[in-house]
Amino acid sequence: MHIHFLDPYRPLLSPIHSQDARAKFVLTVAFILTASLTPFAAWPVYILFFSVLLSVEIISGLGVGYVLKRASLALPFVLSALPVLFTVHGQTLFAIPVGSWVLTASVEGLERFISIALKSWLSVQAAIILSACTPFPELLQAMRAVGIPRLLVGMFGLMWRYLFVLVDEALRMMRARAARSGENTGAGRKVGGSVAWRARVTGGMAGSLFLRGFERSDRIYVAMLSRGYDGEVRSLPLPPFTGRSWLTLAAGLTFLGLLLLFGIFFWG
Amino acid sequence: MHHSIEIDHLSFSYPDGHSALQDVSLHIEPGEKVALVGPNGAGKSTLILHLNGILLANLPQKKASGDSRVTVCGLPMEPKNLGRIRAAVGLVFQNPDDQLFSPTVFEDVAFSPLYQGLSPAEVEVRVKAALASVRMEAYAKRISHHLSMGEKKRIAIATVLSMQPEVLVLDEPTAGLDPRTRRALINLLRELPMTMLVSTHDLAMVREAFPRMVIMDEGRIVADGPTQELLANDALLETHGLEKV
Repeated sequence: MHIHFLDPYRPLLSPIHSQDARAKFVLTVAFILTASLTPFAAWPVYILFFSVLLSVEIISGLGVGYVLKRASLALPFVLSALPVLFTVHGQTLFAIPVGSWVLTASVEGLERFISIALKSWLSVQAAIILSACTPFPELLQAMRAVGIPRLLVGMFGLMWRYLFVLVDEALRMMRARAARSGENTGAGRKVGGSVAWRARVTGGMAGSLFLRGFERSDRIYVAMLSRGYDGEVRSLPLPPFTGRSWLTLAAGLTFLGLLLLFGIFFWG
Repeated sequence: MHHSIEIDHLSFSYPDGHSALQDVSLHIEPGEKVALVGPNGAGKSTLILHLNGILLANLPQKKASGDSRVTVCGLPMEPKNLGRIRAAVGLVFQNPDDQLFSPTVFEDVAFSPLYQGLSPAEVEVRVKAALASVRMEAYAKRISHHLSMGEKKRIAIATVLSMQPEVLVLDEPTAGLDPRTRRALINLLRELPMTMLVSTHDLAMVREAFPRMVIMDEGRIVADGPTQELLANDALLETHGLEKV
């Protein structure tokens, strides 16, 4: 029993998939940076950002629905921006009395909240497109190439590799529990035990999983040492960055820069 | 009297399209001890997971092809029977670490009786009896995590014996055991009175403890008969990647 659905990569043939991973990585980071630097309430710029994403989604063959569905994962994080609604001073929108306090929402606060929500939604979509169009190993190489510390990249790589192993292990354990969860034929018996008992069993399973993960990490480290690991992750040199990739990178960065200037000039 | 296990024309494909079982039929009488052998990837584990509905339970929308039928201890394999089927079939997984998920041996062996809602006194009796049958009475308070492989295998068997199952299904019970531990486990399997289906690569054990043998290859049952007869058929063994013992 193996888990595949965790791997976000979707192998398709498209102009986006065939781009150099380094260019895609830098452009995605630049997109997220530009989106977060754009002033609040610059709605037309947000629409331009969204149209850029939409075109990439369509060209890549992923489909708009696929990306939007996955982007809904970002929704819970948007909630953390909710206090902005009440902390920014301005024209009063509505007030909620909480005990002896009164929470006052302002129009400016609402604008800022919606801006943050939209920006994070756009950024998450960009990240989803990157991970769906680039195999993870290439993404790691790209991170290394642009100078992200090797140790950090090594950790991402190991995490990605062993996440699947760990999930498989958890699934097998849950399967073993299901296999032993039988009913008694004797009448009048409550099957399943109390909630507290089931919670204790689940806690035990989580604990076992942690212990096994811990021991496995030890074994992996020993196996790495025995093959000569010295704390340095080495890799073959990357293929040269082609002229076409430079062009894509330059064009993308210029466009994002222009969008940012446009936003700052009119709404900043 | 019903058969312990009745499988007729069972086919199964994994969600990725890989076909694991093709038209498998297998009938096992109560009290019979049957060995299931065949190369890796032959479909043995997949077949075993059908015996208490783990795989069917995951795929309720799977279209039953015509006369495909799985009946265990007289109970048709249907979602409403799963609870009773799981109590009747003790499934011991290959890796005892999957099986043992509680902090102590006692809690692990007590899982099934507690889940079935037995009284604390009954649970105590069941756990004692199960540990006694695998001769591990002294281990009740031990931490599952710290046991040796052989000890874990025995405890894993005790965790299903405490359900008092009608059928015992084991996946590669002797894999990775030293000769003495393996010997003890074989003796244990010979002693236990229930119906048994054991998937294994250990043909020496099969010769000794299992009068009937079923050979699987590429998702099909390719031979089913008395162990002595099949083990004498060199051509058959060679075709399906098995070695004479």
